[in-house]
Amino acid sequence: MFLIRDLRHAYNGSDALQIRNWQAEQGEHWLVLGPSGSGKTTLLHILGGILKPSYGEVLVAGQPLMRLKPRALDRFRGRHVGIVLQRLHLVDSLTVEDNIILAQFFSRLPPDPYRAREVLADLGLEDKADAYPHELSFGQAQRVAVARAVVNRPTLLLADEPTSNLDDAHAMQTLDLLESQANACRATLLIATHDQRIKSRFRRQYALGSP
Amino acid sequence: MTLARISLHYLWRRKLSTALNVSLLAFGVAAVTLLLLTSTQLEERVYRDARGIDLVVGAKGSQTQIVLASIYALDLPTGYVKWSEAQQIAQQKSVGTAIPITLFDNYSGFRVVGTTHDYVTQYDARVAEGRLWHEPMEAVLGADVAARFRPRIGSTFVPDHGLLAGGTGPHNDHPYQIVGILARTGTVIDQLVLTDLPSQWIIHPEPQRSESALVAEPPADDGRTISALLVRYASATSATALTRFVNSFPDLQAASPAFETARLFGVVAVGMELMRGFALVLMLSAALSIFIALYHGLNERRYDLAVMRTLGATRENIMALLLFEGIMLASFGAALGLLLGHLLTSVLGFALRQAQQISVTGWTWYSGELWVVGLALLVGVATALVPAWRAHEVDIAGTLARG
Repeated sequence: MFLIRDLRHAYNGSDALQIRNWQAEQGEHWLVLGPSGSGKTTLLHILGGILKPSYGEVLVAGQPLMRLKPRALDRFRGRHVGIVLQRLHLVDSLTVEDNIILAQFFSRLPPDPYRAREVLADLGLEDKADAYPHELSFGQAQRVAVARAVVNRPTLLLADEPTSNLDDAHAMQTLDLLESQANACRATLLIATHDQRIKSRFRRQYALGSP
Repeated sequence: MTLARISLHYLWRRKLSTALNVSLLAFGVAAVTLLLLTSTQLEERVYRDARGIDLVVGAKGSQTQIVLASIYALDLPTGYVKWSEAQQIAQQKSVGTAIPITLFDNYSGFRVVGTTHDYVTQYDARVAEGRLWHEPMEAVLGADVAARFRPRIGSTFVPDHGLLAGGTGPHNDHPYQIVGILARTGTVIDQLVLTDLPSQWIIHPEPQRSESALVAEPPADDGRTISALLVRYASATSATALTRFVNSFPDLQAASPAFETARLFGVVAVGMELMRGFALVLMLSAALSIFIALYHGLNERRYDLAVMRTLGATRENIMALLLFEGIMLASFGAALGLLLGHLLTSVLGFALRQAQQISVTGWTWYSGELWVVGLALLVGVATALVPAWRAHEVDIAGTLARG
């Protein structure tokens, strides 16, 4: 779950993002809608603890993020937050399996090779375990990015524009994937998008207006 | 998964750049190692050859030449010392031991030295085969000489007059019989043929004339001459008195091996310093190349590093990652450089042995090499420091947003 109160974030003096009050329960699936520049990515970064907001309070899994010291925040992020970035960003010098294990390693959870294999199998990537990211199709790379985000069974799963650049069929597949993986670890799912096609799919939506 | 493994994978992914940086550093380390190995062994050898010899008495002439010819078998002797005068010096109270040597002949380029058993004792040489000489015209070979000709004990050879191969003609009427072979000592004795003084006087009954023509040789009283006398003091306090006594003979000159070798090293040191400077420039350019590779690599990896941060990596993790890369490049470079340096040294040693020069081996280890490795690692850490700090300061959200 997460809770946002009186959040304001400013870029160069003008507010880029403003949220009065927003609470999501554990396991809920949310869509954050808004045009480009409305602060969707900024919101994801704040929830993921990689950006400190100018003002306000953010709780993830009951933990006020702003109260954590930098190193504790890094550890918290590794254990509780999974992020699927817009441009996926797999580490090119590591194999698919190592990209997954990387998430386990940096979370400082005990290494669990069985879990890494399980996630890959879940996403139909067993035969790509030893492949390098540049050998994958976009769809495969996206599945690896999802696998990496969920391998530590996060409390909060964040996805930034997962369906842009995808045709209708693939967009729906990707959403299926995110929802099923979020359900599998009972994570709260938050998808930031400006893709109007997927609006109808989610009951819970939060619209960010133009600043 | 460890940070080192992540670094290693990244270096492996950029094989070309990694190979370039590793080899650059390896060349620098190899050059320093080669210098260290050869100069240390040369110094040790020079020290070993002169150990226990406090003073060399030769014919008037260059003191350096006397030391080079009488101890190191490198130069021609300055002339001849009358046996009667040599005995006068040997009988001084301040003389502990005095070893006479003659340098008249050679056997295929190896010097034939007429001397006493004291000379063998001086270099702690052991008889490997046969025995030492007891009668005139018996000869004992040093290990290198024996290795070259592989003679049987009891076989004979004919020496050539003079110290250069061929010389001024063979002493056909006076063959030597080989009675023994010495074990390897790592000193000058390995490259000598030893015999007694009387043999030398049998072959050369007339007073010897100076080859260097520096000294007009007066006829010796009884015709017997030697080339030099190697003296060990009975006590160090008598040093100046003995030197003065030797120099009071009109034809004699005392030379101190310690002083002469120090002077020679002073000259050689300039060349060594130059080579060392060259090697350090190589290492410096390797440092620069590693720095550029890491710094440049940082820009293209900004996203990789930011992604690792989103996965929970701390700033310190990211910094350690870059430092690891520098250290790993340096370790590979150092290891490869050490191997290359030792390999080059043994190749050089092989070439020098072929040329009958001072023996150098690559299969030995000096504590100074630890400093070389330390220096290489320092280069790795120092060059990685700035990129590592920049990686530490990467703004994740900003980097990802721009991506």
